[in-house]
Amino acid sequence: MNFDFSEDQKLLKEQVARYLSDNCSIDVVRGVLESEDYYSSPVWKGLVDLGLTGTTIPEEYGGLGLGPLELCVIAEELGRASAPVPFSSSVYLATEALKLFGTDQQKEEWLPQLAEGKIIATFALPESAIEPNSNNIQCSFSAGKVNGVKMPVADGSYADICIAVVKDNAKNGDGIAMAIVKLDNSGVTKKSLSTLDQSRDHAELIFSNADADLMDNSDDGWSEVQQIFDIAAVLMAFEQIGGAEASLSMAKDYAMDRFAFGRQIGSYQAIKHKLADMYIKIELAKSNSYFGAMMLNDNGSDLKIAAAASRVAATDAFNYAAQENIQTHGGIGFTWEADTQFYYRRSQVLGLALGSIASWKDKLVTQLEEKNVN
Amino acid sequence: MDFNDTQEENSFRLEVRDWLKNNANQDKKSAGYVLDEEEGALVKAKEWQAKKAEAGYAAITWPKEYGGLGGTSIQSVIYSQEEAKYNVPTGFFDIGLGMCIPTMMAWATKEQNERFVEPALYGKEIWCQLFSEPSAGSDVAGVRTKAEKDGDDWVINGQKVWTSGAHFCDFGIIVVRTDPNVPKHKGLSFFFLDMKLPGIEIKPIRQISGGSNFNEVFFTDVRVPDSQRLGAVGEGWKVALTTLMNERLAIGVPKSADYPSLTQLAKDVILNNKPAIKNDLVRSKIADWYVQSEGLKYTKMRSLTSLSKGETPGPESSIGKVVSAPKMQDLASFAMDLQGAAGILNDPDIALMHSIFQNQWMSAAGYRIAGGTDEILRNIVAERVLGLPQDVRVDKTAPFNELPSGR
Repeated sequence: MNFDFSEDQKLLKEQVARYLSDNCSIDVVRGVLESEDYYSSPVWKGLVDLGLTGTTIPEEYGGLGLGPLELCVIAEELGRASAPVPFSSSVYLATEALKLFGTDQQKEEWLPQLAEGKIIATFALPESAIEPNSNNIQCSFSAGKVNGVKMPVADGSYADICIAVVKDNAKNGDGIAMAIVKLDNSGVTKKSLSTLDQSRDHAELIFSNADADLMDNSDDGWSEVQQIFDIAAVLMAFEQIGGAEASLSMAKDYAMDRFAFGRQIGSYQAIKHKLADMYIKIELAKSNSYFGAMMLNDNGSDLKIAAAASRVAATDAFNYAAQENIQTHGGIGFTWEADTQFYYRRSQVLGLALGSIASWKDKLVTQLEEKNVN
Repeated sequence: MDFNDTQEENSFRLEVRDWLKNNANQDKKSAGYVLDEEEGALVKAKEWQAKKAEAGYAAITWPKEYGGLGGTSIQSVIYSQEEAKYNVPTGFFDIGLGMCIPTMMAWATKEQNERFVEPALYGKEIWCQLFSEPSAGSDVAGVRTKAEKDGDDWVINGQKVWTSGAHFCDFGIIVVRTDPNVPKHKGLSFFFLDMKLPGIEIKPIRQISGGSNFNEVFFTDVRVPDSQRLGAVGEGWKVALTTLMNERLAIGVPKSADYPSLTQLAKDVILNNKPAIKNDLVRSKIADWYVQSEGLKYTKMRSLTSLSKGETPGPESSIGKVVSAPKMQDLASFAMDLQGAAGILNDPDIALMHSIFQNQWMSAAGYRIAGGTDEILRNIVAERVLGLPQDVRVDKTAPFNELPSGR
């Protein structure tokens, strides 16, 4: 029985945690949120210098050639710090998509630049508040050009390239394809959007005959998009777990320090049970996500259901911990000066980034039906 | 990351498999084996226990001088996993070997252990635990059963409750109040005693589920020699903690109808003119319970990984019952709802799926209480895992007999 991360992976986790606690305090998050900055470029540069953007990129493309388990431990620490960097867009989504579905030429062109941190990439699926599916993608590809709108696109205001999910009418099968669009291209208009979490940029991208380079898509393009989302769901779950643990730790510290009616508020069962529930949700999320990580690492047959379970559990844990952290703080927790807001905001950014939980639950049960678990 | 045995674990597993194949009952295992109290069941259980003890598998982690195997916790888990594949009688010795005898081993004299450990291990003598009382449930240190010194004996008067197996047990361990004039935890003493002593009366409790798995035990002038006291007079709570520390191994809920059964039911019943499984609310609930069940399963894998490395499992192992018991109740209630007005039927010949959900709904109400209520378990997570301060307590300094007592 070895259902745990290795000693080397734990060392990497500590190393990332140390880097972030030295360089990405909550004041750095506040700095990005309160300024016009899209992200913290010093923190990003530090992560690049540690080689982390190339964690799973094969050595032949200049990466570290490590596996998804290493990305899981990094993700957890990024979540704990609420780091204002485009790691999820560039690494969990775009890099993994390129590795799986890029042509040889595309891999040679982009993976080394991603590993070295020369470029930032993102992934663009949704186009509006209507949940995207294989039949309603409007963004169209034809003869090397893409037309349409993508929004919200995480880190879209400043990313260098974007992998856009498009409708390609020349294609067989479901017609869904992925295409790489350089965002400095004259056919691209970017508009920063106001969102709940201004420490992570989101933009609207308008493509008008923008040059685009089709990836190596099969006839079943939509399932390839789902495959990327399954990977991202597990990695993002670890980021959510980190954020949830940070929220619980903040709530606990406050419950120890704050006195009301002559005693520590943490001595009241109403607070104790709330914090115990946070802990329970976090542990359930961790255990499901460990299995997600194992399936990711083994490319196991249960990856789809494990990814959905990780997603559902981690979103529940982070949403609950972030909101109840504010509640534990009382009035001070609702002020601009309090640090509770960063996790509250981030919980929704991470929780919604891959589509609604209702649809992930539906995916989970569909898998159950397919496995015919009775 | 994997769920595989190490090489040593694997060779132990093969050894155990081989032994079970040659010694265990080969009948097909019936689903959800419960403590079978029919005549003859106890005899069979004792025979099986003696066989196990002879082979060293009855107490794998105990030291060899007590008849154990001197093995590791993970070996004990491996044995249980393999034994669970067979239809062998279980349940009669768990409390004795899991809680009572470890307490004896920690506190009794060498001679007493020489007398009592082996017969317990071989299933010749069965033990029970006498802690809970009508006025002392979650607040188990609030016991009122008293023991008064009379010569070399103590005379016990009072009532214990929720005692599993008292009617077939030979010996018991008991916490009693020896001094009501000092604060609650300081006036307790701890004894072991013969359950067949004059003055002990045992009555079964009828539960709301209709079954009787527990007893009330009444003590009227029961005389126990001072030599059967464990720990000093007034330090019974310290001894009781040894027992309760071991209880964490025993706490849990039985295998119950879970998301797979609910999925099956949802395929069979109709809701708003279509199979219930197509209903989004039903799907959402199934997903939630899947996440809880699988979350607990993999939490266990994390704990087993620690055991496998020879480490103590982390605090994550404390979430089991507080998640599984309410799930058991909520899931059953939801499954009954899917059956509409017929959801109240509990005749297994008429009700869907042999009334498993109706039965589970009744018994789940008990599992949320037994071995630590949902509320106490949350307090334990908050205080012992998260380090939050204890509640303000009125019973820490006042003499026990001056505490408000209500009913």
